[in-house]
Amino acid sequence: MEYLIGIQGPDFVLVAADNVAAHSIIQIKHDYDKMFKLSEKILLLCVGEAGDTVQFAEYIQKNVQLYKMRNGYELSPAAAANFTRKNLADYLRSRTPYHVNLLLAGYDATDGPGLYYMDYLSALAQAPFAAHGYGAFLTLSILDRYYRPDLTRDEAVELLKKCVEELNKRFILNLRSFTVRLIDKEGIHDLEKLPLV
Amino acid sequence: MLHPSLGKILLSCLERDLERIQFLDGFRGAAVPVLWNFMYQSDDHLPYSLPSISVQSAIPLYISPSVPLPFPLGHGTTTLGFVFQGGVIAAADSRSSCAGLVACPESQKIIPVHSHLVSTTSGTSADCALWKRILARELRLYQLRNRRRLSTGGAAKLLSHMLHPFKGTELSMDAGTQSKGTDGKKTGSVSETGPRLYYVCSDGLRLQGELFSVGSGSPYAYSILDGNIHWGLSVDEAVSVAREAVYRATHRDAYSGNNVDLYHVTAKGWRRRKREDLKEEYYREKERERKRVEERRREIENKKQTK
Repeated sequence: MEYLIGIQGPDFVLVAADNVAAHSIIQIKHDYDKMFKLSEKILLLCVGEAGDTVQFAEYIQKNVQLYKMRNGYELSPAAAANFTRKNLADYLRSRTPYHVNLLLAGYDATDGPGLYYMDYLSALAQAPFAAHGYGAFLTLSILDRYYRPDLTRDEAVELLKKCVEELNKRFILNLRSFTVRLIDKEGIHDLEKLPLV
Repeated sequence: MLHPSLGKILLSCLERDLERIQFLDGFRGAAVPVLWNFMYQSDDHLPYSLPSISVQSAIPLYISPSVPLPFPLGHGTTTLGFVFQGGVIAAADSRSSCAGLVACPESQKIIPVHSHLVSTTSGTSADCALWKRILARELRLYQLRNRRRLSTGGAAKLLSHMLHPFKGTELSMDAGTQSKGTDGKKTGSVSETGPRLYYVCSDGLRLQGELFSVGSGSPYAYSILDGNIHWGLSVDEAVSVAREAVYRATHRDAYSGNNVDLYHVTAKGWRRRKREDLKEEYYREKERERKRVEERRREIENKKQTK
């Protein structure tokens, strides 16, 4: 029902998420932001079971900020991703596992951009592009076909638009709008919401 | 609002819920069929209660297991809330159902938490009432300790954090909390002014918005509200739209009905409108329709005659 997508370029990561908060058959909110800012250059995109998403994401968010306060410097995206994975794995075999699917996108000064795919079983993989949700079935092959490691920012946005077009065409649900953000060495930038009217 | 059905209780006694009954109420090894717990909150009746154990069932209706539900049906109620220039309106029906039985036709689904915060409830009445009291207590403690009132967002967050540990225990509760913030209070970096509406549910979900409707009658209410709500409504218009939305939902939804309660929250606090019986509204509408048809017919007659 929900959709997340991330595309990594040579010096940026482009991420997008749909804006629908649904409860059974009703959309209760049309402008819901599923991205959580962990630090100046790291975004956590979180979908899954109602309530679990916000609880888990905010927990990670506050812990990453606490690390910065205690140590004076921020966690790198790789460290944040592994920290998130560890927490998810610890809760997995407890009485209260978190059922959340995540994308973590960040830019590191030394390592460059990074996109991490994590699912509710706490499997972690770094990938050049990734998607979550039923929409992923429709769009991953588009990404496979057209992705190149040396995409420019505009090309990446065009690729994202192709994916959104496909969803609008073939996906049974009406995902009216998507929040789009880009992370590069300058930080997190908000781009125009898709689809453009 | 939901009350567990007797049939479901008997069934569920034989299943895993038995442990839960023991856990919840300390009746060890209770193999007797349990009685339902319901809250009779009308002013006109003596409170009626049986010594009881409450067992929540996940599905609000008793459906024979061979026929699956088309989609998860919401709790048996219609509540709604929206924000506009004159504050916040909260409206709800007053029927408490227990599977096919109307357990209480005059229950209170909108519970004031404090003078500026009002909360609609949906789900198990016992859970809602309990958690509202706990929330009211925590807010009052916060106010005493910190010499300022907790913002609506903070209250909603507190409620969702309190409910999250109970996720998966079939606690069932949806609440829309709303208040009109007190004017110009700035505390630290947070300045809360203006009306606010939050949706909180027992999954732990918490959303801020301008219009929410919760319960089995909510799709019907949404369709009336979506076309007619905007920021610039007057108080009278807002009240009439809210009333109409609840009325339409109670007309179509079997688990909502009886009366409509309406609360209007402003910077001065909440005000409660007199409870209205929707049966009267139904007959009034029929009367209006009849008159309209009459007039139309007369107009056509006159036109024919003048020709």
